[in-house]
Amino acid sequence: MDSKLITMQQAVETYVQDGCSIAIEGFTAFISFAAAHEVIRQGRRDLCLIRMTPDLVYDQMIAAGTARKLIFSYLGNPGIGSLHAIRRAVEKGIPRPLELEEYSHFGMIGRYIAGASRLPFFPLRSYIGSDLPSVNPSIRMVPNPYGEGELAVVPPLNPDIAFIHAQRADREGNTQAWGLLGVQKEVAFAAKKVVVVVEALVDEDVIRADPNRTLIPGMVVEAVVHEPFGAHPSYVQGYYDRDNQQYLEWDEISRDHEATLAWLERWVYGVENRQAYLKLLPAGTLERLKPGSKPSLPVEYGEYR
Amino acid sequence: MSEYTASEMMIVSASRALHSARSVLVGVGLPNIACNLARRTHAPDLILIYESGVLGAQPARLPLSIGDPTIVSGASWAGPMADLFLYILQGGWVDAALLGTAQIDRFGNLNSTVIGDYSSPKVRLPGSGGACDIAINARETFIITRLGKRTFVDVLDFQTTPGHLAGGRSRAEAGIPGAGPAQVITDLALFGFDLASGEMELASLHPGVELEQVEAGIDWPIKSHPGLGYTDPPSSEELRIIRQDLDPEGLYR
Repeated sequence: MDSKLITMQQAVETYVQDGCSIAIEGFTAFISFAAAHEVIRQGRRDLCLIRMTPDLVYDQMIAAGTARKLIFSYLGNPGIGSLHAIRRAVEKGIPRPLELEEYSHFGMIGRYIAGASRLPFFPLRSYIGSDLPSVNPSIRMVPNPYGEGELAVVPPLNPDIAFIHAQRADREGNTQAWGLLGVQKEVAFAAKKVVVVVEALVDEDVIRADPNRTLIPGMVVEAVVHEPFGAHPSYVQGYYDRDNQQYLEWDEISRDHEATLAWLERWVYGVENRQAYLKLLPAGTLERLKPGSKPSLPVEYGEYR
Repeated sequence: MSEYTASEMMIVSASRALHSARSVLVGVGLPNIACNLARRTHAPDLILIYESGVLGAQPARLPLSIGDPTIVSGASWAGPMADLFLYILQGGWVDAALLGTAQIDRFGNLNSTVIGDYSSPKVRLPGSGGACDIAINARETFIITRLGKRTFVDVLDFQTTPGHLAGGRSRAEAGIPGAGPAQVITDLALFGFDLASGEMELASLHPGVELEQVEAGIDWPIKSHPGLGYTDPPSSEELRIIRQDLDPEGLYR
């Protein structure tokens, strides 16, 4: 099998077109800021951004003017407060108006599952007595075909491209992850094309020694990008902690559009790639974020001949 | 240690509210401290569930968010969020959930979506997250928020999350499985819900709080439970655990 290894620059050039729908998932963990920054640098426009929790990553993309639409379920800076750039786009149309399509978490999960399994809808117990269906006609109620009552349904979601950060993969894209798994598996199967971004590129033998840990099979992966610290300032379990300082600073900077643009100039447009971004971090940052050790024991799969 | 803050009174009240729960879906901030306090006092076997996909968390530090890596290390289960929402929440394994809100009405319906009109909001709030799903599927919910007329409103700007809907039997008749809001925990008082009407009623005043203060923070005429009394203040042991172990830096004081 040929290697699928490419650079982030190549990945964005190849797979992200103006106007496409893009999912950069990861629930607090595993957020591919490296992918987002490259999309901003390459000046993509009119994107439909998809993500349960837009987080700083989409606040930055929206401040940079890349997006026309956002599909989401929770608009917050986790544990800190608001996402000011997105609020500015919604409340004031700066830098451009943003169309919102919103669900609950369960609704977004259901959309990815329907998308991944090529079903026309996904049924769930939610939205009864909520105003959400009245502002989002894609959330509908249907009668239970086997008994009493109604169920909510949501339609499939199949992003044109998904970027998924994880701990490790081989060159075919067999990807192993541990920690908060979020919707990484569901979005990988739902997306039309998948790029995995990993901390460590490993030999096939490493993957085959622990097949239960493979979240995403290489079969569904178009390309593999090796990008250590590519999820900073979010975190990767066992590799580095969240850089909460940046999340707190963003809360201040992002309140003002000009200050936000100045931040983007320095940290995104002003650097060529992720390695250059990492060099801009204050000395000792990456060491500070390194967690203590807490390994799991290997498991015995057995040799069967 | 007889002096305590309004936040500490809220944390202690929320912890005590979990007396009959085996499992609780935890939020960040005050709810997180409350759940850990319950585990350290009256409910050592309480299972902490995070919507990010973790069961049986034993966080070694105060989590910064519900996605903090400290909730994964040492947990008894960590899995896809699909498993959490489908099998654990919708499957009926969540006894209690603690929810925050920007607005609440007399039936415990919540707004965390917008202030003002949805299409041109004055303030765009975070939205549902898991709140709507949790409020429908958890066995019962507890709402934690500060008292004030901007929060306790006559009419919500947007109904994100169902409480007792229009009161009476309307919630059950709508086919919602969970029982809905059991208690509202504030900085001045605790509220329950009348079983027949589904309407919020004042259950107890925190020590030193006057009825008029509570009435002034609610945008409708609040009814009082016939047995209205005073909330038991935090014990010195509860305060010691909060201050020494759970929030030593006083972030939520």
